[in-house]
Amino acid sequence: MDNIISLANQISVLEISYLLASVLFILGLKKLSHPATARSGNLWAAAGMGAAILFTILFHVKEGKHIENVPFILIALAIGSFIGWYASKKVKMTAMPQMVSIFNGMGGACAALISLMEFPKMQNAMALAGDSHMLGGEGIAILLGLMIGGVSFAGSMIAFGKLDGRIGDIKHPVLRIINLSFLVLLFVSLVLILFMKPETDNNLPIYLFAFAALVYGVTFVMPIGGADMPVVISLLNSFTGVAAAMGGFLYGNQAMLTGGILVGSSGTILTILMCKAMNRSLMNVIIGAFGVAGAGGVEAADKTVKEISLSDAAVLLSYSQKVYIVPGYGLAVAQAQHLCHELDNLLASKGVEVKYAIHPVAGRMPGHMNVLLAEADVPYEKLVEMEDANNEMSNTDVVIVIGANDVVNPAAEDDPSSPIYGMPIIKALDAKNIIVMKRSMAAGYAAIPNNLFYHSKNRMLFGDAKATLQKLVAEIKSL
Amino acid sequence: MDEVLKFFLDYKEMIFAIVLSIFLGIEVISHVPAVLHTPLMSGSNAIHGVVIIGAIIVMGHAESTLSLILGFIAVILGTLNVVGGFVVTDRMLEMFKKKKN
Repeated sequence: MDNIISLANQISVLEISYLLASVLFILGLKKLSHPATARSGNLWAAAGMGAAILFTILFHVKEGKHIENVPFILIALAIGSFIGWYASKKVKMTAMPQMVSIFNGMGGACAALISLMEFPKMQNAMALAGDSHMLGGEGIAILLGLMIGGVSFAGSMIAFGKLDGRIGDIKHPVLRIINLSFLVLLFVSLVLILFMKPETDNNLPIYLFAFAALVYGVTFVMPIGGADMPVVISLLNSFTGVAAAMGGFLYGNQAMLTGGILVGSSGTILTILMCKAMNRSLMNVIIGAFGVAGAGGVEAADKTVKEISLSDAAVLLSYSQKVYIVPGYGLAVAQAQHLCHELDNLLASKGVEVKYAIHPVAGRMPGHMNVLLAEADVPYEKLVEMEDANNEMSNTDVVIVIGANDVVNPAAEDDPSSPIYGMPIIKALDAKNIIVMKRSMAAGYAAIPNNLFYHSKNRMLFGDAKATLQKLVAEIKSL
Repeated sequence: MDEVLKFFLDYKEMIFAIVLSIFLGIEVISHVPAVLHTPLMSGSNAIHGVVIIGAIIVMGHAESTLSLILGFIAVILGTLNVVGGFVVTDRMLEMFKKKKN
């Protein structure tokens, strides 16, 4: 009798800790969506996670048995914590999106592995019981967890490779058909496995199914353009959430269920919000109109650009009243944020008003540029959002575009055939002078031609952003 | 039809939790400014690391060496997701705080 009471107590302690964890996840997510409370929100969610893990190890009971192998579990936790902590402390701010993608993939792989281990157990038990098929909540949860987790893992790895510049885009109309048929195949085999008669140790079908999910993950992300990877990562993020929730369903585990579904639904909304910031639909991103035809601004090839010398640029900037800097990912790649800040300090000391115009999707992810500039100690007040910056453009003397391209491309406003037509841009053309810093005339990340470069107001300052800024700062100092 | 009803009855609590969580997830982040998209994605990325609990359960009730090894790997992967996710998010948000001072 005492035994039963203590068992009941333990179970309720665990359930209460899961309730607490779920509440902390929700509050954490809520706080994460406001700038002032975001950091504490992250910590709240982490605390919820810590509690859920600790109480699971202490109080989880299955068929009257406590968690065993605790030392091994602790070793695995220590290894994972060390690598995770080390990697995220070491990673450069510019490589943040890749890191998020890897961690997302790890979660997906974890969910897939769980399913891969639970399926044989379930099948053996069902074979023993003499069931005629495996259709049921358990089977559906296991197979969906495996499929979604596998797709998320493989897809995240490809997304990582693309963001890191290791994998190029493979675009071919045939790929779309292959993709679609693969997706159909996956669902058909899912149903077929569910209707299979359970046989002891008959694991080949589930291994083949797992393999197919991995292949689909690769072919799903492969044709999507590198510039769209943030949206893809966000989508895969919500996939992993759903995969985790499937595990929760399987174990009747409330923390996994609410945590997973919460990420699944908020991740989907976030994905849609990201698409909206680029004025595109999710379907458009997945099927991929970006850079497919290279339409728009074709005539640009035979136009000429004007260059500006360093000394002319230095004079122009020093005697301006108001300067706007438009930073892009090129600035971050060249690790030139700090020099950029030096330039703005130098100009400010000469009485020039310097501000930064931040496009919502500047960088590799929305908000990425704010993080990068904040890292270089650029004060918050100097970062101006696109709409406010556009209102001030007409009384701006010089706009310096550093390593940005699409976010200032006028084709978004005046060329309906351009793939970015309709995307809001920073209206650099409204300013009196434009200086574009760029490595060469090669097309940008999204490979869309930019007529701004050929405009009479614009002059180019070619070279690596860091080296050029260095020289420019030196030049201004020597004036 | 009977089977669908039975399915609903068997899992009614979980189905409730799922449906309510979907709406909650949508509601909670629907007014987020673009600046926070990246940290929010990264933070929610860490939250789905809750899948680690499943890995701990599998490993804690492992019946063979193979499932112990696979469970071990799963726990490591899950921990990477959790710890890496939260630390990366904190690093991003640290920057936001600094610029307010």
